[in-house]
Amino acid sequence: MKRSLLILATSALVFGGAIAGRAVSPPQISDAVIESDAMPRTLAEFGFFTDASARRPGEGLIPYELNTPLWSDGADKLRYIYVPAGETIEADGEGLLRFPVGSALIKTFAFGEGEAQRFIETRVMLHRADGWTALPYRWNAEQTEARLALAGARLPITTPAGEQISYRVPNKNQCKTCHSKDGAVVPIGLKARNLSTDLLDTLVMSGRLDVRPAVANALPDWSDDTAGTTALARAYLDVNCAHCHQPGGGASNSGLDLRWEQDDPHALGYEKPPVAAGRGAGGHAVSIAPGDPDASILVYRMASNEPGVAMPELGRVSVDERALVVMREWIAEMPQ
Amino acid sequence: MIRQISAALLLATSATAFAETHVVSPGEGAQERLQEALILAQPGDEVVLKAGRYALTDGLSLDVDGVTLRGAGTDDTVLDFTAQQGAGEGLLVTSDNVTLRDFAMENPKGDGIKSKGADNIVYHRLQVTWTNGPDAANGAYAIYPVESTGVLVDGVIVSGASDAGIYVGQSSKITVRNSIATQNVAGIEIENSRDALVENNIATENTGGILVCDLPNLPVMGGGNVIVRNNIVSDNNTPNFAPPGNIVASVPSGTGVMVMANEQVWIEDNIVSNNQTAPFIIIAYNLDFDDERYNPYPRKVVIGQNIAEDGGTQPDLPGGEQFAAAFGGALPPILWDGLADESAPPLIVTADFSGVSLGLTEQGQSMADASPAPMSAPDTIEAWDMSGIGAPAELEARLP
Repeated sequence: MKRSLLILATSALVFGGAIAGRAVSPPQISDAVIESDAMPRTLAEFGFFTDASARRPGEGLIPYELNTPLWSDGADKLRYIYVPAGETIEADGEGLLRFPVGSALIKTFAFGEGEAQRFIETRVMLHRADGWTALPYRWNAEQTEARLALAGARLPITTPAGEQISYRVPNKNQCKTCHSKDGAVVPIGLKARNLSTDLLDTLVMSGRLDVRPAVANALPDWSDDTAGTTALARAYLDVNCAHCHQPGGGASNSGLDLRWEQDDPHALGYEKPPVAAGRGAGGHAVSIAPGDPDASILVYRMASNEPGVAMPELGRVSVDERALVVMREWIAEMPQ
Repeated sequence: MIRQISAALLLATSATAFAETHVVSPGEGAQERLQEALILAQPGDEVVLKAGRYALTDGLSLDVDGVTLRGAGTDDTVLDFTAQQGAGEGLLVTSDNVTLRDFAMENPKGDGIKSKGADNIVYHRLQVTWTNGPDAANGAYAIYPVESTGVLVDGVIVSGASDAGIYVGQSSKITVRNSIATQNVAGIEIENSRDALVENNIATENTGGILVCDLPNLPVMGGGNVIVRNNIVSDNNTPNFAPPGNIVASVPSGTGVMVMANEQVWIEDNIVSNNQTAPFIIIAYNLDFDDERYNPYPRKVVIGQNIAEDGGTQPDLPGGEQFAAAFGGALPPILWDGLADESAPPLIVTADFSGVSLGLTEQGQSMADASPAPMSAPDTIEAWDMSGIGAPAELEARLP
């Protein structure tokens, strides 16, 4: 009962702020909403953006990109970091940045170019006192409101590749399926090794990051064709697969560890027989058959759209053709 | 219902004092309504599936501790995944102390019900079926608890799995009982797990009835301390329909009970009938491996009093026909590959069974290297402490 009152009070504050904001200044980002234990019904309640369509980020949002991003049916992604005033992010070597409580990560998925660009969903991760919470918000057709979609959704989309797909907005649990390490929800993308030097410098200079982490082995820029097949392939596996395929991850029982830092060939899948792949193995004996992409389960599953076969299991319903080319080259070049 | 969910939403992440019941009905929007109930449930709550057929397009998941998901019975509440478009299983459970009971699931595209890192889970009176019968395109596992401590599978019916009907992997404190596994590749499989009790089940018309395996290069290894008793293991002569590449794809059609690697497996009081390769197959892991932690040999596998009848008549092995003919038309009840670790006897046979050894001399050899001959094994063993085998008593207490 107490809790309901508290949340009601918080909502009233936000509401009040919004009304006041109309007269005087744009809505402020609400630390109270971020840090509460509520699941706001709309994205607007956080006050991350100054307009209803979330095209204008509020003061305090820091846009960022990743060297190698997660592929999501070719969606464009608009990413922002929010750190509460007076707080700083702590670097942890090349790994995940450590965000203070009250931080938020915001990622909008969009399809279409220029005027035709449409937001589909915005996923937020909130660092609350008891850990991270991930919530999915789905945009309406008018692009005026994104509402909480706890149970996820499906909607028809035409991908940049021209494919008609039934795009899947994940449900709240599916957020955790990827964002899970040893049972806790954690961010994935914001590892120092996957951020540009410019961004890291900017964060340090603006006082938002405590020290400039030394990154000896950064992930390549995925759009850089000269980066080398091995680097691109390994970066892709790290970003698209390793959140599950690592010790403590959702697919730890497979024994496959696809992290960037893993250098044991067997853990990476070389000559590794499947464990619980079932028909996902596609008749192939090993995850990676060096020199023979067509005999590699990894390629077979990346090239499939069939549930139960397709990998990653979540987050895509079409095939990343460019990644497939890279992966095939990488495996073909391996000495047998 | 709408009001109930709104209220729950406000209280979302705080524990409530009283357990609530979230009732879900089939029909329009069932996917979202059911998934939302599974997300908004609080520890101690029940999610109740009313009778009917639920047409689902995406995998469901439960990540809240202490929730019971129950239907109106396997004939009445059916989760139909025939039109599934996404996710690797029908239902994924990742929280502890969950009870699943009294519903059926049909045609999930991947696995049926998977629970991972979900300690103390109860699967009771469930049915998971691929309705087209044995087919390599069916999902791998029907019931699939993995990396969990405390697993009770009771009164479950599974059929059509292209790997194992009931598969318990990398877990401990396990009971699988009173269940029926039919027309799967493996009926019941206990893999890389310890302290497992498999009793009072019927495994029939699979490729292999009951498998106890230990594989290398997995996070959890050292399978053993398993009891297989009071099961009916019959007519497991379905041609192997597993997609090649998986370990069960190498299981011969006509396998009754198979133990691969493992230590301390006690097999007693089963009726093992009409399995055409062999009632009992005891073998080492036969592929190459590179894992110092792994022991590929069976150690102390005890074959006690069992009824073994009408087996070994058509061994699904290279040269099987001549092989059976050489033994007078049927192999003896026990088929052993001949491989053993020096540390412990592979087999102890306290029953009055004879056996045949394939006479392999090195781990990794194939049938081509076999030189079959009658085998001998010690006939006595001191019983080991079995008090910790099986699911914890608290799981039993949760059964209705």
